[in-house]
Amino acid sequence: MLKIYFGYFMRVIFICIALFGTNFSYAEQVVVYSARIEKLIKPMFDTFTKKTGIPVKFVTDKAGVLLARLRAEGKNTPANMLITTDAGNLWEAVQEGLLVPIESDELEANIPTYLRDPQKKWFGLSVRARTIVYNSDKVKPAELSTYEDLANTKWQGRLCLRTSKKVYNQSLVAMMIAEHGKEKTEQIVSGWVANLATDPLSNDTKAMEFVAAGKCDVTIVNSYYYGRLIEKIPKLPLAIFWPNQDGSGVHVNISGAGITKSTKSKKAAVMLLEFLSSEKAQKLFTDVNMEYPANPKVSPDSIVTSWGSFKQNRMNVVKAGELQTEAVKLMDRAGYR
Amino acid sequence: MKPEGSNSRNNSYCSPDVFQTVLGWRYIPIIVAILVLIPVGTVMLSFLTPAGEIWQHLVETTLSRLLLNSFWLALGVAVSSAVLGVSLAWFTAVCDFPGRKIFSWGLLLPLAFPAYVLAFVTLGLFDFTGPIQTSLRSWSGTELFWFPNVRSRMGVIIVMTLAFYPYVYLLARNAFLTQGKRSLEAAQSLGLNSTQGFFKVALPMARPWIASGVMLVLMETLADFGTVAVFNYDTFTTAIYKAWFSMFSLSAASQLASLLIVIVFVLIVIEQQFRSRIRYAEPKQSSRVPPIILTGWQSWAVTGFASAALFFAFLLPITQLFIWATHTFAEEFNQRYLGFLWHSLMLSGLAALLICTISILMIYSARRHPDMVARVAVRIATIGYALPGVVLAVGIYVPLAWVDNWFSQMAMQLFSIETGFLFQGTLIVMLIAYMTRFLAVGYNPIDSAMQRVTLSIDEASMGLGVSGWSMLKKIHLPILKGGIFTAVTLVFVDVMKEMPITLMTRPFGWDTLSVRIFEMTSEGEWEQAALPAVALVLTGLIPIAMLTRQAEK
Repeated sequence: MLKIYFGYFMRVIFICIALFGTNFSYAEQVVVYSARIEKLIKPMFDTFTKKTGIPVKFVTDKAGVLLARLRAEGKNTPANMLITTDAGNLWEAVQEGLLVPIESDELEANIPTYLRDPQKKWFGLSVRARTIVYNSDKVKPAELSTYEDLANTKWQGRLCLRTSKKVYNQSLVAMMIAEHGKEKTEQIVSGWVANLATDPLSNDTKAMEFVAAGKCDVTIVNSYYYGRLIEKIPKLPLAIFWPNQDGSGVHVNISGAGITKSTKSKKAAVMLLEFLSSEKAQKLFTDVNMEYPANPKVSPDSIVTSWGSFKQNRMNVVKAGELQTEAVKLMDRAGYR
Repeated sequence: MKPEGSNSRNNSYCSPDVFQTVLGWRYIPIIVAILVLIPVGTVMLSFLTPAGEIWQHLVETTLSRLLLNSFWLALGVAVSSAVLGVSLAWFTAVCDFPGRKIFSWGLLLPLAFPAYVLAFVTLGLFDFTGPIQTSLRSWSGTELFWFPNVRSRMGVIIVMTLAFYPYVYLLARNAFLTQGKRSLEAAQSLGLNSTQGFFKVALPMARPWIASGVMLVLMETLADFGTVAVFNYDTFTTAIYKAWFSMFSLSAASQLASLLIVIVFVLIVIEQQFRSRIRYAEPKQSSRVPPIILTGWQSWAVTGFASAALFFAFLLPITQLFIWATHTFAEEFNQRYLGFLWHSLMLSGLAALLICTISILMIYSARRHPDMVARVAVRIATIGYALPGVVLAVGIYVPLAWVDNWFSQMAMQLFSIETGFLFQGTLIVMLIAYMTRFLAVGYNPIDSAMQRVTLSIDEASMGLGVSGWSMLKKIHLPILKGGIFTAVTLVFVDVMKEMPITLMTRPFGWDTLSVRIFEMTSEGEWEQAALPAVALVLTGLIPIAMLTRQAEK
């Protein structure tokens, strides 16, 4: 009885599918859920497909939404790979048991330990350095030293910050908690808030524009935003400063990927991930978005290299995920909007 | 057939008997309400997962500020949209002043703007680093201490008003076009002047329309995230996003969103209570009362007022977008845009058709059976608009994936075939998802228009031997036409601007204009987003132009 009804129903469904497009796939392929937007990931996929003949299908969305999708779909998920633009969401994906460990000598050789998950469930693919940008007409580089120093009263009314709602700032504060503990970090963040020249801004580019226009003197941004802005308007009085060089180093986050619990095409997915960590793909990462390659054998894009080399904070980026909730609460308490 | 037609004592309206022959008629609102309850219920189920820690944190730190911010924002946007929308509607529908024809459709154009795009462009122009303050600074050589802070509550209210007033304008204009002049005539016969006539007769008579429009504005405002994010103005929705995306607690986010539903539900019930006390008489159709001709300073004041609204809500931002789009055109434009455009058009068109058809069916059903069950079902069915889109999107997706999983498991067990996910990424699912979100947008305008179709109209036409389908066609359709066109336009444009549901339910590699905007803006590349935004705005003009043509007939 059930079978007959089911047969009927299936037929209807199949007709619908035939009419309205399909998710069917017979050949081997990799399906990716990506929080990295099309423009910044498709070139790598295309190169992979050209090299191996394995097609890559993907959808883009916010990382939090992609996690919800994976959770809802369970082990039948069509997705084999998850790509995010921060370590926090990968950490959360591991917490929710959405990712599987990856045994690959190639990946371990290509990606340094501090940029990958200790449980081998995800690997960083590009490095995003969050650094200080200042107005070169008003600030001498000698005045600058560390992120923590921006809480000093000498910066009163001279600081601009992007909103605390952006994950890049949450990761930065999370790493500070890991280094200094909650109490000291909260003092620092409160100090930043007290030094603000204007309410927090909605994005990094805006923050730099405010610095260039003279509303404030310094801000904290991801270096590739600086690269993009300067490329567009080279005459802006903005310069980059690498903080904490005598201490723990510049705060870095990653854009990275893990393999999902999906039962399908795991081998092809690992191949794709290995390819993404290879020198050829790593070069693309830095070329399309002026990010830093995660693979130390690859040197960054020439513009990026011109900003000088710097010491990265080598604390494992997994901390950014572990302490993210703590960081958000701390920033709320400090009144950092 | 059930003998329901017999209990006509509580039938305040009498509907064409054609509907009495359709079995199961009564259940349409209930079925739709259940469809909408699935995602909304999924969101509300979050209360099963405790998220006390996050609640405690919110209560201790930001919640009171967020609630206050949301309250002022909702109040400010609702009141100013009502004032702006109603006044513009009155002037263009009933008065005559220089440029009236152009304004009557031009003032609808801002509808095509996604609010966050308007926010970004406006803020870009008027903020400290924008061209206006920059040139003023270089001209005066000093800091502009007098220049108001645009990134403020006032700033958000103004931008949202400019983005949302067309909802009120469109609905109120429909009301005034169908009864405005007539009501004025009545007022004049009572010895009132036109100002008194407006406040004492026309305005009260247009109430259901205005209330529907303001309700849409309120829901849109409360559920908005993009616009307030551009201003970094924290609202209740900000807490929802923060709980989910920053603190990884979808359940806390869903609980917060559920509260939003409750608040809106209460608002709707209150509004309905007020409304049901008033009975609306029908106007005499096709009255040819001459417009009030404004003269002298009055006419120019009205022209100036309408020009200012049109300028800030549409001309200025579209010019800026055009300029940006020309910068990025060579890099951004390619053949794929045809695909984006086609997908956007198809989705919006089909969704508008589906949602408006369902709305009409629901309205007739509720009219045929005006009882408590129908009323509650209608309220539930139209609540999806009050949720932030991204929360509703997950509410849709979770049960969808469940069904998909169940099916593939069944297929495996019974036929040993691997089906993969069958429903996900199909057009049908996308359309149902849009319906759960936008039913209010289609329902409200048609429902308001239905107020015009009264018992006496039906009785009179039946007395003349016109009933059934021909009554629908000859009597109801002409009266409802304006409402239906309004509904189609609003849904079309809203679906085209929609982001989270489209992102989550679209098939692989299947992009629309709004997905393209998401791609650009999520990396902060607002200028790059100009081209898809312009394309989206221009496409949105198609139904608006059609609407205008029919309205002017």
